[in-house]
Amino acid sequence: MLLHDELRKFVTDSFMFGELYDGFSDGDSFLEQGIIDSTAVLELIAFLEERYAIKLQDRDLIPDNLDSVNGLARFVESRLQSH
Amino acid sequence: MQVESFLELASASSPKKTALVCEGFRFMYEELESKANRLAGSLIAGGVERGDRVVTYLENSMEAVVSVLAILKAGAVFVPVNPTTKADKLSYILNDCRSTGLITDRTRLGTLLNDRAGTPHLHGVWVADGIPHQKLATAKHLFDLTAELDDDNLPAVPPAKKCIDIDLAALIYTSGSTGRPKGVMLTHLNIVSAATSITNYLENRPDDIILNVLPLSFDYGLYQMLMAFKIGGTLILERSFAYPYRIIELLNHEHVTGFPIVPTISALLLQLDLAAHQFPALRYITSTAATFPTDHIRRLRLLLPNVKIFSMYGLTECKRVSYLPPDQIDIRPGSVGRGMPNEEVYIVDDTGRKASYGTVGELVVRGSNVMKGYWDLPEETDRMLKPGPLAGEKVLHTGDLFRMDQEGYLYFVGRKDDIIKTRGQKVSPREVEEVLHAMPGVLEAAVIGVPDEVLGEAIKAMVRLRADVRLTAAQVIHWCSQRLENFMVPSFVEFEGEFPKTSTGKINKRKLARAGVTPSGIPMSSE
Repeated sequence: MLLHDELRKFVTDSFMFGELYDGFSDGDSFLEQGIIDSTAVLELIAFLEERYAIKLQDRDLIPDNLDSVNGLARFVESRLQSH
Repeated sequence: MQVESFLELASASSPKKTALVCEGFRFMYEELESKANRLAGSLIAGGVERGDRVVTYLENSMEAVVSVLAILKAGAVFVPVNPTTKADKLSYILNDCRSTGLITDRTRLGTLLNDRAGTPHLHGVWVADGIPHQKLATAKHLFDLTAELDDDNLPAVPPAKKCIDIDLAALIYTSGSTGRPKGVMLTHLNIVSAATSITNYLENRPDDIILNVLPLSFDYGLYQMLMAFKIGGTLILERSFAYPYRIIELLNHEHVTGFPIVPTISALLLQLDLAAHQFPALRYITSTAATFPTDHIRRLRLLLPNVKIFSMYGLTECKRVSYLPPDQIDIRPGSVGRGMPNEEVYIVDDTGRKASYGTVGELVVRGSNVMKGYWDLPEETDRMLKPGPLAGEKVLHTGDLFRMDQEGYLYFVGRKDDIIKTRGQKVSPREVEEVLHAMPGVLEAAVIGVPDEVLGEAIKAMVRLRADVRLTAAQVIHWCSQRLENFMVPSFVEFEGEFPKTSTGKINKRKLARAGVTPSGIPMSSE
């Protein structure tokens, strides 16, 4: 599965109960769409660390990296490349 | 004095000072004042009259800030509603308080479009971010909020004041043990009194910069905005604490001096390497809304030795009750302190008499911060507001059990009812159970709070299904998430064969709580 598809699937399965609503796009902010909160971010971090064997540092916990499917894909790609 | 004067006075004395930083924009006091005046003019032109209720249904934003002040300037009563509220409950609140106006945004307007119940009292809807093309279910006047805020045809000066300080300023809905939310009636005097006492003990100054990540629909968040303007300070407004490093950066970048949190936030903060950061400007952290674990206090004190930590306690019905002076936090970290300035607190026993030191009893609050009652609920009001020492006076019986030590410091013992405290917010088990009972296939449901390191208490739903029905935990959570505010959605679902019952046939929740093995870890993983 492509990285974007896998991340989108995790977000929709975990935070949107498997349902994409009309008009959801990979660039949409999870916070603005109300689909993520503090505890959901903890889940997201756990998923990224386990699935991609990367370790997130405190400074990684910013919206640019984590608040959209595109942001997540960009972040994961950059971390995988730097390995 | 009236609440909107906080902004008016600050704008008159420091018009060019930064009042608000939000979503990358900075607003000076004079800008907020003129936007609020224009929106007040628009509300009045749209039919809002003195004493009318106007609901704000917005994420933390400049528009949310301006709306509260504009509603007050128009002589009306603001009713802040959590932006994750779903259609049925929004309709309930709009109808319960007979709101004539609603201020929302384009995204949230969809909730009203889904409204099947109808809102006959509502005639004006102000929409931020543009008006969509779809039609509302019932005919309402729609106003483009974003355009109105800067419309030169609307007056940039405040409308003539019509209210006095014993008029209502706000109705804040809170979870009731009956399952239906209750509107707490707060006058201008109530809010000004509470804001004065709190800014007094926090020793707030005009150079304070307060970072607020709490929703403005939650009174703890709302007061950060009101108090920042009262002292002529600066408010940094964020939508959430979800991305903690962003908040760490903001604390330093904006030279934040005051940071209000709930224990859920301290739990998340303490997962970061705080020792790697210094916060030279940070003067104080406040915590309220749920028991502040002494372990959090101890660790924060070690990591931030120069930051004053205020452990506090309160309830919407009087805003704040007590605060522990920071010089006491290492001596009695388990206490929530003493009554705040200009307020009297005492503990009564079962007979209603003042209890002696060390005795557990109900906490009673006396002061001009105490609410006028619950909107349209005289019986529930009488249960909370009872005759006080002076003729005709009412004092607040909090429903919370406390004991007081010899020096007058308060210690929280428990609640008299079964309200759950999660993420610092009150949740009525009944409200969640009603949603579960309405789910096809569910025979019985019971909802309890279980201890959780991050949330304080997590919501656990126990459900008995019809024999021929199979449901997963995810389906049950999904059903709830469509009908309840996010913080009310259960984290855990367990399916029960049979519930323990009391002699009167009710579900025995104490037994359930004792028997239940508390799952911990990632919510939603329990099937």
